[in-house]
Amino acid sequence: MYDKTVRRRRAVLGLLVVSSLILLTAYFREPAGGALHNVQRGILEVVSPIQEGASRALKPVRDLFGWVGDTVSAKGDLKNARTDRDQWRTQAIHNQSAAAENAKLRGLLDLDKSPVDLSPYQPVTARVLVRSPTLWYARITISKGTSSGIRANMPVIASDGSGQDDRGLIGVVDQATGDAAVVRLITDSSVAVPAKSADEQATGVVKPSPGNPRDLIMDSVAKTDTVADNAVIVTQGTVSTRNDLPSLFPPDLPIGRVTRVANPGTSEQTPHLRLFVDTRHVDYVQVLTKQVNDNR
Amino acid sequence: MPAVTPKLLLRIVLLGLGVVLLQVAAVSQIVIFGASADLTPLVVAGVGLLCGSLSGAVFGFGVGLFFDAALLQTMGLTSFVFILVGYGAGRLRELRDPQAVAIPMIVGALATAISTFGYGLMSFMLGNDTPVSFLLLRVILATIILNAIISLPVFALVRRWLGPVLPEDPRRRRRRRAYTTGGLSPLTRA
Repeated sequence: MYDKTVRRRRAVLGLLVVSSLILLTAYFREPAGGALHNVQRGILEVVSPIQEGASRALKPVRDLFGWVGDTVSAKGDLKNARTDRDQWRTQAIHNQSAAAENAKLRGLLDLDKSPVDLSPYQPVTARVLVRSPTLWYARITISKGTSSGIRANMPVIASDGSGQDDRGLIGVVDQATGDAAVVRLITDSSVAVPAKSADEQATGVVKPSPGNPRDLIMDSVAKTDTVADNAVIVTQGTVSTRNDLPSLFPPDLPIGRVTRVANPGTSEQTPHLRLFVDTRHVDYVQVLTKQVNDNR
Repeated sequence: MPAVTPKLLLRIVLLGLGVVLLQVAAVSQIVIFGASADLTPLVVAGVGLLCGSLSGAVFGFGVGLFFDAALLQTMGLTSFVFILVGYGAGRLRELRDPQAVAIPMIVGALATAISTFGYGLMSFMLGNDTPVSFLLLRVILATIILNAIISLPVFALVRRWLGPVLPEDPRRRRRRRAYTTGGLSPLTRA
């Protein structure tokens, strides 16, 4: 009797493990329109209204926790701000960074002057329904999908409402169903954005830093390019003259600001970026549903 | 393993659906000190502790499958990890049947650690470019601590939800009798 129970337990466990492995294999091998992907989209169609309802109902609770968290983190921010202030004061006294400061202000001015009139791109505003709870997927689910003209690979922008420098590119649409879509955030390792500095002194590809998804780097920057600290980084848009190679992103969408440059002046120079938008505090996004002039 | 009655099965299915919906629609959006609680491994471990290894593993598989489907993640990945969590919790109950008050906290923390690290390891083995850093470790630790804190009420709720339809466990009945009679039956003492 005991042996039979043990055998049955092991058989069921083996069956479950094998089923998981078969699912994994099938999911990886099938195309995006395959049966398992369709099942996922079907389930998303069903649960997205529930998610939207719960998301609306729990907004006050989220805000409460956000307020508590912000209050706690504000103490740390104040300490950092004081350290920064002392550093800048020292630099001002020694008049060491007049040129760098000039460049910084120029970049800021460029950002302010570039309102990036988005109306030609037909932006569609959507609410954030779900933030992926796992640490490994930098994704969000939004409340609009194909019925609002949203398709895969459309750029997504947002504002986190923190004041200045609070608006910019946050990702691309990964998959869309009727009334919901999944956005792959710019902090995901699979997203790479062709970018340039606002003063057009450098070009490269923005992607997450290996080992730290909250720190973005601008890769493939030429040795001759110059990137100043605090420079504003924007999307590059399409540069190819060929019509069949358009960029996914329109030009001049703000991405972030350079925090430091590793190995400056060498062929391995790598600017590190801080995103303009804190993706953890985004409640609404805009999806740019139309390409204008092939994003040139 | 307790026999799975239709009423128990119904409650387990409802529990699985409810916890995934609650997790993706509400709990995941509440960030406390940079981390979100994850109810799913706690509930899977809770079912394993109450119903045994086989039920825990099957429940873990189902919850993982629904979780992956609802979040458009790689199908089968969370199922695989949750099978281990449910089976492990169930085996703990079958082999040791621990009764200490802190058991839900320890099991909850272990279940969260296994699911988080297991998911990361599986993602890495499948070729996903998993970021590994001190920051990530800090968030994982925060999640484990958060889950350990909420594991007591979560386990209590799971026990309250499944308790009325769980068949009586003979080992616990014997233990209860031993407690009430000082370890011996009144006849033996006499």
